[in-house]
Amino acid sequence: MTAAADHILKPKTSSRFLRRALPYLLSLPALLVCIGILIPFFTAVYYSLLRFRLNLPALKGFIWFDNYINFLSDAAFWNTVKVSLVYAGLTVGVELLLGLGIALLLQKPTRFNNIASILLLLPLMTAPALAALMWKLMTNPNFGILSYFVSLLGFTDFKWASDPRTALLTVTLVDVWVYTPFIMILLLAGLRSLPKAPFEAAALDGVPRSFVFFRITLPMLLPYIITASLFRLLDSIQQFDIVYSMTQGGPGDTLMVFQVQSYLEFFQYTNVGRSAALLIILWAITYLLSNVFIKQWLKLRERAHGGA
Amino acid sequence: MDHTSTLERVIRGILIALVLIFFLFPIFWIVLMSFQTNETILRIPPSIVFEPTLSNYTALITGRLETTAGNLDIAFMKNLWNSVLLSSASVALSLVLGVPAAYAFARFRFRLGEDIAFTLLSFRFAPPLLVLLPLSLYFKQLGLTNTYIGLIWVYQLICLPLILWIVRGYFEDISPDIEHAYRIAGNSWWQTFRKIAVPLAMPGIAAAGLLAFIFAWNNFIFALILASADKQPVTVGALAFVTASGIQYGQIAAAIVLSIAPTLALALYAQRYLVEGLSLGAVKG
Repeated sequence: MTAAADHILKPKTSSRFLRRALPYLLSLPALLVCIGILIPFFTAVYYSLLRFRLNLPALKGFIWFDNYINFLSDAAFWNTVKVSLVYAGLTVGVELLLGLGIALLLQKPTRFNNIASILLLLPLMTAPALAALMWKLMTNPNFGILSYFVSLLGFTDFKWASDPRTALLTVTLVDVWVYTPFIMILLLAGLRSLPKAPFEAAALDGVPRSFVFFRITLPMLLPYIITASLFRLLDSIQQFDIVYSMTQGGPGDTLMVFQVQSYLEFFQYTNVGRSAALLIILWAITYLLSNVFIKQWLKLRERAHGGA
Repeated sequence: MDHTSTLERVIRGILIALVLIFFLFPIFWIVLMSFQTNETILRIPPSIVFEPTLSNYTALITGRLETTAGNLDIAFMKNLWNSVLLSSASVALSLVLGVPAAYAFARFRFRLGEDIAFTLLSFRFAPPLLVLLPLSLYFKQLGLTNTYIGLIWVYQLICLPLILWIVRGYFEDISPDIEHAYRIAGNSWWQTFRKIAVPLAMPGIAAAGLLAFIFAWNNFIFALILASADKQPVTVGALAFVTASGIQYGQIAAAIVLSIAPTLALALYAQRYLVEGLSLGAVKG
């Protein structure tokens, strides 16, 4: 890369200064935008150490880690942790199985399969907040088509998102509808880029197909599976749009995932310190996950770009 | 796998059909609803046979809704316009900021470079509220609350990482020799960038721009926190719309159709690049 840069710059570069400064000049504007956004991040860290309520400005004061310590004995906090983890695990788990299944179904690059895989992208391109509204219309107890279908199956009083027993199921359904195509499309690209030779050899030797799948396909596809799942896990643990549009975290606290809870702490209870502390904890989780993710992603990226 | 049995082909066909129904039926159903009056929507059992009406769309476009409680003025078209403005301006700004930076990261190895690139990437994965909540307090002090400029700035969080990492990959795939030859011929660095590097990476730049547009359009949380009704895009506007009393179900459906149609159309148009874009260049489509 350095050699490449020298190649471009050597002929007739006006000055040494410009040569050295050029990359910085080019990325400076993007850097400035970064800095503008990094400031609120540090502010949030600071807020999380404050007793800070918008409605009680007189009480504002530095309390070190009290916001965090209070979480330890706070049932609402542990509910948030539980709901977020269950939501992330459930959605990504279902999406991975379904996405892998669909990718295997559409593996052969026939015309029909290609058109099907393109059509399957449409849910992914729908705004999640709007997708939640679509499903809200379809699960409306008065006229929702899905409410009608389940009533045919004998569930006449199925309340979907408004019943604590089925709320998680309903938002999971929306999440699966929107994001399964993401995993599917990545795994499909992965499947189609696998080398042909091992499969041809296995076919010649008459190796059983279950053996081929578990011993050849799955191990070779693993980097793609890990990348896609981590990518989704990072997004899913922070899910806001679908849950907020569908139920605003309700009924009760059934769906109080991290970001919905901190949104309500901030705007409803105006407790800025607590809200910030919640988000810092979420950030710590995603930071750990994203470091694992970025390593995986860089490996795949290097492979995709021919090791450049 | 050429010797697949008929039975297997049939099972595959049925499974694919079920998958397509699950993922496409909601869109199909909402489109149908948008052409119906409340009367036909509330029929039991539901039926796909009805007399289509454009009244939901005309009500949205004229902004006057006739409800049981009298006339109601709604600003849905304003929301739609806000979405167009916010998404296109954000992408334009992101391209101006991001393409030169992507070029710098692809061509030069410099210390700060990787740091900036990864900081931007980490924004993609940080909880948006972490930045948005403090920002909402700052915006009040700066007078940026509920302004297009403030929103477009914050939308860089969505567009910039996407553009930077996709376009960087495209620049890295172009051999520097071409640029070298052009430089030897006596052209300045800027001319080389503009006449050689950018045109060669154009497919990538266009793809990244389209994807960034889709993601900006689909964003919900940024405007929910930083904008009031008159600056809100469709994602936030539609939610307010649903909770407003007296609005007909067909009108909600029509609003959803108008809100998702642009991104779906763009996605079909740009589908070739979607895989690469969605994985930030980690998987080639």
